[in-house]
Amino acid sequence: MKALEVKDITKKYGGLKVLRHLSLSVAPGERRAIIGPNGAGKTTLFNTITGLSKPDSGKIYIFGKNVTRLSAYHRARLGLSRTFQRNNLFFNLTLLDNINLALHVNRSPQKARDFLQHWGLYHRKNVKVKELSYGEQRQVELLLALVQSPRLMLLDEPTAGISQGESRVITRMIQGLPREVTVIIIEHDMEVVFNLADRITVLNRGQILYEGTAAEVRTHPAVKEIYLGSAGEEGP
Amino acid sequence: MKLTEKIDFYQKPRDFWRGLITLILILTPLGINSYGLSLLTQVLIFGILAMSLDILIGYTGLVSFNHATFFGVSAYTTGILFYCGWKNFWLTLGAGIAVSTALAILLGLVVLRSSGPYFLMITLAFGQMIFALAWRWRSLTGGDDGLPGISRPDLGLPVSMENNISFYYLVLVFFLATLFALWKFVHSPLGMSVVGVRESESRMQALGYNTFGLKLAAYALAAAVSGLAGVLYVYFTGFISPQELNWTMSGLIILMVIIGGAGTLVGPVIGAAVILVLQNLISSYTDRWPLFMGILFILCVMYARNGILGYFLKLFKGGKNHEGIGS
Repeated sequence: MKALEVKDITKKYGGLKVLRHLSLSVAPGERRAIIGPNGAGKTTLFNTITGLSKPDSGKIYIFGKNVTRLSAYHRARLGLSRTFQRNNLFFNLTLLDNINLALHVNRSPQKARDFLQHWGLYHRKNVKVKELSYGEQRQVELLLALVQSPRLMLLDEPTAGISQGESRVITRMIQGLPREVTVIIIEHDMEVVFNLADRITVLNRGQILYEGTAAEVRTHPAVKEIYLGSAGEEGP
Repeated sequence: MKLTEKIDFYQKPRDFWRGLITLILILTPLGINSYGLSLLTQVLIFGILAMSLDILIGYTGLVSFNHATFFGVSAYTTGILFYCGWKNFWLTLGAGIAVSTALAILLGLVVLRSSGPYFLMITLAFGQMIFALAWRWRSLTGGDDGLPGISRPDLGLPVSMENNISFYYLVLVFFLATLFALWKFVHSPLGMSVVGVRESESRMQALGYNTFGLKLAAYALAAAVSGLAGVLYVYFTGFISPQELNWTMSGLIILMVIIGGAGTLVGPVIGAAVILVLQNLISSYTDRWPLFMGILFILCVMYARNGILGYFLKLFKGGKNHEGIGS
């Protein structure tokens, strides 16, 4: 059984076809990176998988269950969690309240404290999230997706806009996740991608251009030309 | 042991203020004239109403423009039942709250599918539809003449509610009970979840929350409390007309919430007090009292974005910003 199976999905916004008959399958425990130039449809793909937007056609399966018609919150309850490209947090609440909300409040107040202690942010628990640094907010973005012990995580550019040091912290956090968790990550930083991913899917204009291991992607001529640049050394 | 209690007392100044204000509200009828008592009763009723809207604006992030609908429909239900011979307070109270809650659930299934300015516009449209219905359906509502002559209710107690002091205490009991219940609600897991919707609905969905259900629950709760205010209001004035369903009434309640301080529960009560007292005071000197209300509103927008309560909390906390309406 696949952790995620996307079958032939299409998504249009007005006249613009953002996803074109796209199919993708990810094995349980896999670390999959999705790369591609801006406008390739990466975030739209995440939104259709998580249920924030509905595909015009095609089907989506999570751990073998057809979720195409399920709402976002039903899919989350199946063990699907995500982070957002732009910080999407409870900014006017404290860090502890953010984690408490992610734990559905009434479960165990101690669990939120232990969780923050484990990830080294306990000393910031009473600070409003909007007062945290941007790098810390990116960490919270990841923590909110992590705290529910998901089976499938979709991370949308988790290191965007932060320093190299902070990026390494987040990369280590992702690397430290147990292998039972399947991780799909959209990322522009190729160092992060090559460090994390077992396989890489290259998206271009709503279609899959290529799929393979990091070594294969690095050397694929079409990928080099469209995404990595013809020299294959520079990022996007 | 005694020392600890004393320290605890001073560590909780809020408890002290709560106690003092409750005591003042209890003792006020002893040293106030009938005009003042009537105004205070009105402030408490509108305080309940403004608190109920604060659940939507301040806590859920829904700026609803038809809150007067639930207030007015409940008041009409009470009035119509009175005309049908129902004199028992508890039955009319239950009926008023039940009708406004049921209406909120029905409307909520439609209006809560939109958000932001669209939500505001669609609630305004539904509110005006119900206003027009009350205006036109003369056989049931009395049309623009309204329903006059509704006498004070029978509580089944040895005290007569015709006495303004007794009625004030009845309203005060409901006011304090509402304040306590809503305070409990906003600090409950459900209340916290509703605040989560205000902060980020898409994040809440991604965390597995049924946000539509949460918004509907908040909408129904706000309507139920608004219904309580409607029943008390119609017994207080003895009259109900379509004006209580009009958008101007909804706008006035929104002003009470925003001027007082959304997202604070107590703030909207202060807003209700300021607006009603100013309205009563200034209108005895000039017909142009809305002009002064406008100035007050502009001052609040410019200098007290989190309302009067937010402004004073900010002063007392040494400039630390107070959070009100999901600011």
